[in-house]
Amino acid sequence: MFPRPIQQASPGFQWMYRVALPIALFVWLFPLLGVALTSVRPASDLAQGNYFGIPSYLAFENYADVFRNTPMGRYILNSFIVTIPTVIGAVALSLMTGFALAIYRFRSNLILFFLFVAGNFVPFQILMVPVRDLTLSFGMYNTYWGLILFHIAFQTGFCTLFMRNFIKALPFELIEAARVEGVSEMRIFWYIVLPLMRPAIAALSVLIFTFIWNDFFWATVLTTSPQTQPITAGLSSLNGQWVAAWHLVSAGSILAALPPVAMFFLMQKHFIAGLTLGAVK
Amino acid sequence: MPRIPGRPVARALFPLVLVALLVWIAQWVLSADIARSVTLGAVAGGLLVYGSAALSAAWRRVSHQPGHPLYPAVIAIGRYWKANQRRLAPWLFLAPGCLMFAVYVIIPIFQSIWISFFDWDGLGEARWIGTANYAEMATDPNMVTSFRNNILWLVLYMLALPAGLLIAIFLNQTIRGIRLYKSLFFFPFVISQVVVGLIFSWFYAPGFGLLYKVIEAVTGQGIAILADPNLVTFGIIAAGLWPQIAYVMILYLTGLNNVAPDQVEAARLDGAKGWRMLWYVILPQLRPATFIAVVVTVIGALRSFDLVSIMTAGGPFGSSRVLSYYMYEQALSEYGYRMGYGAAIAVVLFAIMMIFISGFIWKMWRDETER
Repeated sequence: MFPRPIQQASPGFQWMYRVALPIALFVWLFPLLGVALTSVRPASDLAQGNYFGIPSYLAFENYADVFRNTPMGRYILNSFIVTIPTVIGAVALSLMTGFALAIYRFRSNLILFFLFVAGNFVPFQILMVPVRDLTLSFGMYNTYWGLILFHIAFQTGFCTLFMRNFIKALPFELIEAARVEGVSEMRIFWYIVLPLMRPAIAALSVLIFTFIWNDFFWATVLTTSPQTQPITAGLSSLNGQWVAAWHLVSAGSILAALPPVAMFFLMQKHFIAGLTLGAVK
Repeated sequence: MPRIPGRPVARALFPLVLVALLVWIAQWVLSADIARSVTLGAVAGGLLVYGSAALSAAWRRVSHQPGHPLYPAVIAIGRYWKANQRRLAPWLFLAPGCLMFAVYVIIPIFQSIWISFFDWDGLGEARWIGTANYAEMATDPNMVTSFRNNILWLVLYMLALPAGLLIAIFLNQTIRGIRLYKSLFFFPFVISQVVVGLIFSWFYAPGFGLLYKVIEAVTGQGIAILADPNLVTFGIIAAGLWPQIAYVMILYLTGLNNVAPDQVEAARLDGAKGWRMLWYVILPQLRPATFIAVVVTVIGALRSFDLVSIMTAGGPFGSSRVLSYYMYEQALSEYGYRMGYGAAIAVVLFAIMMIFISGFIWKMWRDETER
């Protein structure tokens, strides 16, 4: 193990480590803590210049204000409506592409695979003008489906990389044995491979959920009105309206951050397994 | 053909009703109404499942009825499928994913390159102007600023690697509660960049921002980082580094977890410790983690759009623009809808990224074919 386990160090050093940990964490999360505190600070405190002290009382009314005076509720709902079908669609498509690329040998296999991988890395801007045009010509500009379809397509790149490597690591004997028994390819996919993919599906779902929830670029390019804008785009436009109303900006930020944070803490193991795929050989 | 029940008139009306129904459904899909979208999603999903189940049931039924008119076709297709399914199955599995990916990712890349040779406002007639967009770029002072900032992003973003490794080493212990510490350190990566941008704007805010206050207390004169053309890009990069370091940290933590303990012990017996141990024993074993960290950091640096847009919108005086943001500004904002020029900027950004992407792909390809 590296570094040397702290238990082998002198008691003084151990004690120092235990003190240093919370201090380091405090410094690391300092900006976030500041915003969290500001989100429950009453507007009167800010007006009097009490920016850092203890709030004179916990003003949860800031959150109520955000919901009451802005379409925040609608933004959150829109985010869910865009995110959930995207997760289902991208996972479903990539299960199939990943299966095909991992199990079958055909000449263009690796080329297709690396096309998916490379496509996943391209800058969004090179896609922007044509994708916006395409969405307009489908009549899906400023609708949920315009965003959902694009996200499904784009995320398929990353998901295929993930699924293909996961299936590749499964014991191939399973599939060969099934083929010897005369099981059809569709049934192999459905009854043999799919049940083994549960951890991969869980890991990808949390990851994609977070990626899509946090997407800002496509939300600004493909949606324009509060009826369809997800929360990232909504927050950005509210930020323009709330000049210097930092208690509201903070409350809105915390609200926007909550769902992915909850997802992360609930599904931590899967989340990290998904993110660090390939970090160890 | 299944017989449509009813009188001839009703039968003739049937296609019309069908078309009307389809149009109505299409209008339904395209409206921004939540209830409609949700219902539609459910109905479409249900129909898909029900339809495929019904189809396969009908198929099986027909294949047992030698008298049925479709029987020979069903049997022939079944036989062909049985003989060739190993060859055909991968393409069936690939079809939907490849179609979506081609339509939304692969083809648009070439369309963008094509559009970059036109003068086009997105609505009217596009006018072929050859390489004029690229020629304009060479003399555009904003291009120089954006390009310089992009290089700055790329170089400074690389700091995420040593910083992430340092935190990972700091946290790689087994004491009580360390798991919670690790996840809290990872926290910034989970939050949207929009929120990160807002958090740092507050942190830098002149007059009452925390950093501003600290600088004021130390030097007697506060600095409004986001309003200073010389500092603004550094301020935004610092905000971007916060989640990026967290990401790199988690990659290295996983890597450290899998370092071979016997090698570390052997090196320890040979008297290796500290830096030498890290450099000669640990880092070589962390190579896969380092590779992924480099990939995500380079891509992250060149994709920087959200933070610039949220924190400064390219200002002050355009001094914090990067290529990705400048492209958006040219193509889709109050500066005018110059799709051709925007596409040309995107092509330049794409070319820069392709240098890195081909490097990554080349390495992955080598690993894949060596195995």
